[in-house]
Amino acid sequence: MAEGLTPEQVLALVPHREPFRFIDEIVELGDDHIVASYRFPEDADFYRGHFPGHPITPGVLLIEAMAQAGVVALGIHLLARESGPEEVGKVITVFTDANIEFGGLVLPGQRVVTTGRKLFFRRRKLRAEVEMKLEDGTVVSSGVLSGMGVPR
Amino acid sequence: MEQSEVMERVVKILTPWAKNPDALESVGMDTNILEDLKVNSARLVDVVIAFEDDFDIEIADEDVDTVNTVGDAVRLILSKKG
Repeated sequence: MAEGLTPEQVLALVPHREPFRFIDEIVELGDDHIVASYRFPEDADFYRGHFPGHPITPGVLLIEAMAQAGVVALGIHLLARESGPEEVGKVITVFTDANIEFGGLVLPGQRVVTTGRKLFFRRRKLRAEVEMKLEDGTVVSSGVLSGMGVPR
Repeated sequence: MEQSEVMERVVKILTPWAKNPDALESVGMDTNILEDLKVNSARLVDVVIAFEDDFDIEIADEDVDTVNTVGDAVRLILSKKG
């Protein structure tokens, strides 16, 4: 098994960029799990429409934030460990399936922390159990997400 | 283990992922898992893990590449069960 990348290196390799990047920091990273955080900007444009006068973060973006942490970033780490860091740039991770439920709201400006735990990583498909919490520990979303590395 | 029993269990495992019920009705050893049953290719890993759990075997990634039809899966499983 190849030497792993640092959390900073993994973060830099997550291909998403503004305005569709929902990962600020990787707090913990291991072969079985990741913890990553993101603060939703108070002035993000989507709050204008979701919903006028009552801004809440769209659930699909919570899923995306959990996927960028628990599937993409963790997947980059695992691929680098399995096949070497040079392989990471040759693939891009696409969503394959999801089973998610929501238990709370994320308001503009709030920071969320996602924990992703690997269920399996085979043939470049990663399935992870994910859980997103607010800073006070409230669970806002949880479930299972999967993605697969495909050639760029 | 009889081939017919393996076949029955393989089809049962594939059923939730098969998007073509007509092909499932007339499934046979030559039925192609992706093209005929319309199983999403991204689900192949799920299918393989389900085979491993159900039959208590290990399937190497190289072996997965040889599986195209239901019969390929049945033969692979039979070879692993000895």
